[in-house]
Amino acid sequence: MPQFDPSSFASQIFWLAVTFILLYWVVAKLAIPRIGEVLDQRARMIQEDLDRALALKAETDAAVAAYEKAMAAAREQAGEHMRSVTNEAKATAEARTTELGALVAKQVADAEERIAKAKDDALASLKGIAAETARDVVAKLANLSPAQGDVEAAVAAALKETK
Amino acid sequence: MAQESMATGAEHVEGAPEQHGPMEQFTIKPLIPIHVGRLDLSYTNSAAFMTIAIAISALLFWGATRARTMVPGRLQSTAEILYQFVQDMVISNTGKEGMKYFPFVFTLFLFILFGNLLGLMPYAFTFTSHIAVTAALAFFIFFAVTIIGFARHGLHFFSLFLPPGTPLWMAFILVPLEVFSYLIRPFSMSLRLFANMLAGHVLLKVLAGFVISLGLLFGWVPFLAVFGVTLLEILVALIQAYVFALLACIYLNDAIHLH
Repeated sequence: MPQFDPSSFASQIFWLAVTFILLYWVVAKLAIPRIGEVLDQRARMIQEDLDRALALKAETDAAVAAYEKAMAAAREQAGEHMRSVTNEAKATAEARTTELGALVAKQVADAEERIAKAKDDALASLKGIAAETARDVVAKLANLSPAQGDVEAAVAAALKETK
Repeated sequence: MAQESMATGAEHVEGAPEQHGPMEQFTIKPLIPIHVGRLDLSYTNSAAFMTIAIAISALLFWGATRARTMVPGRLQSTAEILYQFVQDMVISNTGKEGMKYFPFVFTLFLFILFGNLLGLMPYAFTFTSHIAVTAALAFFIFFAVTIIGFARHGLHFFSLFLPPGTPLWMAFILVPLEVFSYLIRPFSMSLRLFANMLAGHVLLKVLAGFVISLGLLFGWVPFLAVFGVTLLEILVALIQAYVFALLACIYLNDAIHLH
């Protein structure tokens, strides 16, 4: 077996040491610093991106909260405005209603007064007509000619009774 | 003397080309002979594949970290996955203090991983299938961990051999056991990788030999087996690299945190 031939040991171990030290130098001075740098840089970049994303998310959350707050305030204000306008309109309507009611009542009163007056007038002229008719009836039926005053008094009495 | 025996291996191949034994693939052939005094430090096929392995690693990282984009491409993703895989392994097994040894564990993982995977290429040499390489790595880790342990904890490091809360009479049994298991670590570590790589490659070679000897009629049976075993060996290559690096982490954790 060539493995147990000691004559090659010195050469094998010598070249092993030479090549191993060379590779160690390449790995320690070139490979590890460079790869480590890239990996660190990438890790840092990812961390930075994550941090930025978190910050942006916080910002967004704040914006959403502010928006919701403003929205609620606006809604509140609009409601308040609505209520005051409604109240005002209600008050105006009420005032107008009472005003109109008063006007109507006054007109009704005036009309009633006029009707009453007309009725009185009518009644007054009715008395005269009744007295005359009564006198004509008496003259025709009983051939009497009662005094104007008597007839009127009688009519008035009769009216009073019917009333 | 050393060169002679290495050359004998090469001669054997040239002498009998039709007899490709399953062990032949592990032969170490000198490509550039280098001798320092009596020491043979020749640049061999093993050294060449170590060079290719670290060259591929270096190229991978060079290509992967050229652009360094936030959204990684294919190559950059590969490098990042490897980095994070080993980093997770170091952190979860040794904690934050263990990150000091992250470059070492990363290098160890890449070296073994590319060594194992490269060895699966046809005609390639698997340097992790040699006990000299795996033992050198394992003993280096063993001594480094021991030195780190004593440097951090001084003589208190010996408490590693006695789990806290052990009754005194138990210590007579436990301490020798713990010392033994500590000392056996480099052996088990090097043998595990070596044996896995060796067995896989021998199996592949033997099965591949059957493809030829059974010919067109039945050759496809071992051929399918070679296909399946190759897939299995890719898995083994990954797992053994992982296990080696993981054990290094666990031993480091012992040295840093005791228990």
